[in-house]
Amino acid sequence: MNRENNDHATLAGRFNENEQRVSWHDETLWWVRAKRDKAAHTLPEWEQLRAAASQIKSNVLSNLSEYLVQFEGRALQNGVAVHWAADAKEHNQIVADLLTARGVDRIVKSKSMLTEECHLNEYLQSRGIEVVDTDLGERIVQLAGEPPSHIVLPCIHKKKEEIGELFHQHLGTPAGNADPQLLTRAARKDLREKFLTRRAAITGVNFAVAESGEFVVCTNEGNADMGAHLADLHIACMGIEKIIPQRKHLSVFLRLLARSATGQPITTYSSHYKKPRKGKEIHIVLVDNGRSVQLGRADFRNSLKCIRCGACMNTCPVYRRSGGHSYHTAIAGPIGSILAPNLDMHKYADLPFASTLCGSCTNVCPVKIDIHDQLYKWRQVLVREGHTTTVKKMAMQGMTFTLSNPRVYRFAGKAGRWLMNKMPYMVNNKWNTWYKQREMPEPPEQSFSEWYKKNRER
Amino acid sequence: MTVALFVPCYIDQFYPHVAIATLQVLEKAGVKVVYPPKQTCCGQPMANSGYAHLTKGCNELFIENFTGFDYIVSPSGSCTLHIKEHLHDAENEKEAEYIRNHVYELTEFLTDILQIEQWDAAFPHKVGIHHGCHGLRGLKVAQMSELVAEPFSKPGKLLNMVKGLEIVALSRTDECCGFGGTFCVAEEAVSVKMGQDRVNDHLSHGAEYIVGGDISCLMHMEGILRRQNSKVRVKHIAEILNGH
Amino acid sequence: MSSREKILGAIKRSQPPQCPLPGLDSFLQDNAHALQQYTEVLTSIGGTAHIVNGYTEIKEIVKQEYNDARCIVSLIPELPGVGTETAYHDPHDLAMADLAILPATIGVAENGAVWITEEILPQRVLPFITQHLAVVIKREHIVPTMHHAYEKIGNADYGFGVFIAGPSKTADIEQSLVLGAHGATSMRIFIL
Repeated sequence: MNRENNDHATLAGRFNENEQRVSWHDETLWWVRAKRDKAAHTLPEWEQLRAAASQIKSNVLSNLSEYLVQFEGRALQNGVAVHWAADAKEHNQIVADLLTARGVDRIVKSKSMLTEECHLNEYLQSRGIEVVDTDLGERIVQLAGEPPSHIVLPCIHKKKEEIGELFHQHLGTPAGNADPQLLTRAARKDLREKFLTRRAAITGVNFAVAESGEFVVCTNEGNADMGAHLADLHIACMGIEKIIPQRKHLSVFLRLLARSATGQPITTYSSHYKKPRKGKEIHIVLVDNGRSVQLGRADFRNSLKCIRCGACMNTCPVYRRSGGHSYHTAIAGPIGSILAPNLDMHKYADLPFASTLCGSCTNVCPVKIDIHDQLYKWRQVLVREGHTTTVKKMAMQGMTFTLSNPRVYRFAGKAGRWLMNKMPYMVNNKWNTWYKQREMPEPPEQSFSEWYKKNRER
Repeated sequence: MTVALFVPCYIDQFYPHVAIATLQVLEKAGVKVVYPPKQTCCGQPMANSGYAHLTKGCNELFIENFTGFDYIVSPSGSCTLHIKEHLHDAENEKEAEYIRNHVYELTEFLTDILQIEQWDAAFPHKVGIHHGCHGLRGLKVAQMSELVAEPFSKPGKLLNMVKGLEIVALSRTDECCGFGGTFCVAEEAVSVKMGQDRVNDHLSHGAEYIVGGDISCLMHMEGILRRQNSKVRVKHIAEILNGH
Repeated sequence: MSSREKILGAIKRSQPPQCPLPGLDSFLQDNAHALQQYTEVLTSIGGTAHIVNGYTEIKEIVKQEYNDARCIVSLIPELPGVGTETAYHDPHDLAMADLAILPATIGVAENGAVWITEEILPQRVLPFITQHLAVVIKREHIVPTMHHAYEKIGNADYGFGVFIAGPSKTADIEQSLVLGAHGATSMRIFIL
């Protein structure tokens, strides 16, 4: 919208130039949605679990400052260092300073959407620190020089043949071989060497427990653990909203997370980090980066409940057919579209409009975020704040005038139908976006109100 | 019982036969129906585009037209939901509240208020049901596939009363068709692809008609079907209930 | 003002009204078929379950299934002679582990996971870095759900604890499931 040729509609249009690929992308993600449905249906108490998760998160939002202080105190007692970063820049500096102070210039990093949001990799590289992403999907997009297109399935937009070619170039796998088993083995071998030689590891955080000071990291691959347990320094980066009150609340979230994300009953590894290994260090960086602002927006604060499962993306009919990169932000899809405008309304004014408001996202969300209602509300805010185009504004004002005046409306309707009947070429032409791939409705001789007047009012 | 017929603007202008069918179905069901003549639009096109602040005129007009009836019934889940969720007027909030609580989409009115258990109509064809998202996930006229909950369908229940009609099962029972109001032109590429995929689901399961409670979705799918020169047609559920 | 004060102040100003925590007791439903569910779920996530009568049986299976394992790290005292008795002071030394055999104190029927804490481990990295993982658990330690598991864990003071459910896996390449991403490529559970 305000990004001229790089808004969601344009990028999605480009994605749709290859229809077969769009169908493939759609089917692949729909399959993940179907797995989620199957997993959810194994638990008759599923809806109660969602309600409980949502309520726990409401409690967190009400007590966030207290829980953060409690968490910090416990973590310090546990021998874990705690840092506070107001924004992405401060976060990146804290991480880089920790590394350079220890003379570390090569690190491994497991998946963390927060570090994507903060563009940590680019920053560390600018300070001479090499970052190897160790989640397979993230490693693939890193080798391709692209950002992830999905928060759980980072390279879901890539075909295995493309990955085979990438691995052939970078890891020396046989040319033309696109066997997922072989490619995964090659990555395992390559990354083992990285795990064994890097002295520092960065991980994200899925949940941090206020009462115990521990934090939980979930992976299927085991890459977070391989990194953290072999390194001298483990830096865990987390958004402040990841706090939960008590350890027992993990049960609710761990039951929901993987089932919602991939349809697994739980991720392979749910690692609870409480204290550093003897003689080693754990540092936690607590990052705000706009979250406290979002907390102050009553209509949008529930977006902070998000546990990053990606279910809203998998179910979103628009995401499935436009690809993650069309959202031009670290977190794509419906949830990304309600998070991003908080960070920059101008830059992300197009995203809340990249939806039909179908509401499927809200229904799959394990913490019951009212995603589609928030998309609607963001639209109002963005227009009110002036993030719209003059053309659209004029069109809306014209429409308002017509629809608020019954006589103008009847005249316009009649004139429009007359035009469509008598001069169809005035409507069915290349300037009519509807007509590009769809026929216009056939205009009837008379409207219903005209019929009613003739047939019923006498 | 007096019911006010709320005919959304695009039905009034492009699909008058759907409004006529709705009127006749309601009359057959034994209710007195009035069509307030000065009605235009619920204001949803502006609101969904971020211009809810411009809907004041539409809201005032709606309240003026639809105050004083027992129920307000519309052959559109989407427009009904908009009224239910967004009709407000500081000066006539009591009236607005009454309307919000008494506006019904046709099928929910027939099943919930009139409690129709039998219906005399015939339509010897295979049909696929298209659930408009606002009717489905907003008004909850049928169970949503995402939830772990008992299945039901109000349009399905009514269609099952129609002689000769066979409902075909779909691969994706309630995926959005991609119309989405201004989305259909603002995001033309995705909108069309969604529509084509939705239509294909019906076609591959042998539907002769795509039947729904929202003409906006059906207009979009009809545009795609006709561009493909398909023989398959769309029909509003009112047309089927009104047929013999 | 430090970032800490700035952030906490901003949050405090924006916190919504109180919302109580929900009770979780209703989720603590018994399951008479927990053992059966455990083995079914474990199989479905790529693991293997053996219901065994004693350690001798475990020993036999280990001998048979991991016959070419050169480096076995066994933490089960009841399995003497299985595995090397080395102390691992550096986690990197475990890179050569072909098989690790560990005891677990909790198994979770609904998801096939076992709970392992660091006290029993020579190094935290062991269950991840080993090529193959085997776990011994008593059948009475299998609980129906995660709620039961956390009830059992209580406020235990561990430095590190982990739920492990099946072998390491990835489906990042076109959603094709591959067992053995970075962690153990197989997981075998012996249920006593």
